[in-house]
Amino acid sequence: MPSVTLTVNGKTHTVEVEGRTLLVELLREKLGLTGTHVGCDTSQCGACVVHLNGTSVKSCTTLALQADGASVVTIEGLAAADGTLHPMQEAFRENHALQCGFCTPGMVMSAIDLVMSHPQGLSESDIRHGLEGNLCRCTGYHNIVKAVAAAWPVMHGRELAPAE
Amino acid sequence: MYDFAYEKPTALAAAVSALTTDDEAKALAGGQTFIPVLKQRLNKPTKVVDLSSLGLSGITVTPSTVTIGAMTTHGDVANSVDVQKAIPALANLASMIGDWQVRHRGTIGGSLANNDPSACYPSALLALGGTVTTDRRTIAADDYFQGMFTTALEPGEIITSVTFPVPERAAYQKFRNPASRYAMVGVFVAKFASGVRVAITGAAQGGVFRHAAFEAALSANFLVDAIAGITTPADDLNSDIHASAAYRAHLIGVMTKRAIAAA
Repeated sequence: MPSVTLTVNGKTHTVEVEGRTLLVELLREKLGLTGTHVGCDTSQCGACVVHLNGTSVKSCTTLALQADGASVVTIEGLAAADGTLHPMQEAFRENHALQCGFCTPGMVMSAIDLVMSHPQGLSESDIRHGLEGNLCRCTGYHNIVKAVAAAWPVMHGRELAPAE
Repeated sequence: MYDFAYEKPTALAAAVSALTTDDEAKALAGGQTFIPVLKQRLNKPTKVVDLSSLGLSGITVTPSTVTIGAMTTHGDVANSVDVQKAIPALANLASMIGDWQVRHRGTIGGSLANNDPSACYPSALLALGGTVTTDRRTIAADDYFQGMFTTALEPGEIITSVTFPVPERAAYQKFRNPASRYAMVGVFVAKFASGVRVAITGAAQGGVFRHAAFEAALSANFLVDAIAGITTPADDLNSDIHASAAYRAHLIGVMTKRAIAAA
């Protein structure tokens, strides 16, 4: 059986997998990191989003073997060791950006990539379009959008310039 | 998903060999279509050959051409300042494929090799009159597309890059399925000194096609009004739960007019 060596949340693992093993299956079933969810399993919903070498991807549409040598960050890798939440997690909590919470791990991982890849600023429209790969069936998105906007200045350490 | 062997060759010749010595082997580019296909058990390869370590990513722009490595992601094309300057319509098209995460993985070579009848890139290649470069030859866009999910690629042939001539003006307009983000009708219009080319994706049973009547009218006069009286026959267009053939025929006119206005 082939094996894959990858770093997950800073820790290196070597795991035996099948060719068909998905990255999300490796994370959940082999490493016990069940914070990454499987929602639709058809790359629509985004509950499985993780960071692969720094960019957000759908881990249900990535083979585990494609992640050989890669660095993966999951929702479990965000908070500090003492439990201090990542600014995006904190913003989700402050803004009540979740109800059932199923989509939240993927939503947070996508939102962090969205904020970090937009150092020039993010409009409400940018946020709504930027999260098009993540579905939430509870909140109507409104508080999620507010949370992402609230996290931007914290993550960039400066105020967001007024929208165009 | 059925299980398969997995290979990640580091040389193009090894990848070609892996695919040609086993006719049940399949190439894996970004996987954003292929992995879902595998999950649905619509394909049962003995071996999956990952093309990601062949050095096929990258963008090269000259005053007259844009060349994109086959494994370049949609996100990298969309965000390329060089592509945005040379052929803004191409960067715009890439920015509308799938969603943010799909664009981080999906590749131009994978899209063109698959030739989904609703994919966006085929319309850009055909309208711009680009060329597909493979491990063994160069194929003109007009010879490349051979019907739904069918191309001129031979078994085991691997796309290495795609080259687009820089047009005077161009635009892509997509009427997308709101769930899948695929084009229900997508229109790429490109104006060159030699004339105008119009390619339609998402609409026809045979996949992407050039709209000869629009091209003739627009080559004479590149204005929205030039195609006002031209209707598109619905005979060979798709009818499905999303849109009837007649509606798609109507959309072709609407989206072409929007593309002309945007170009």
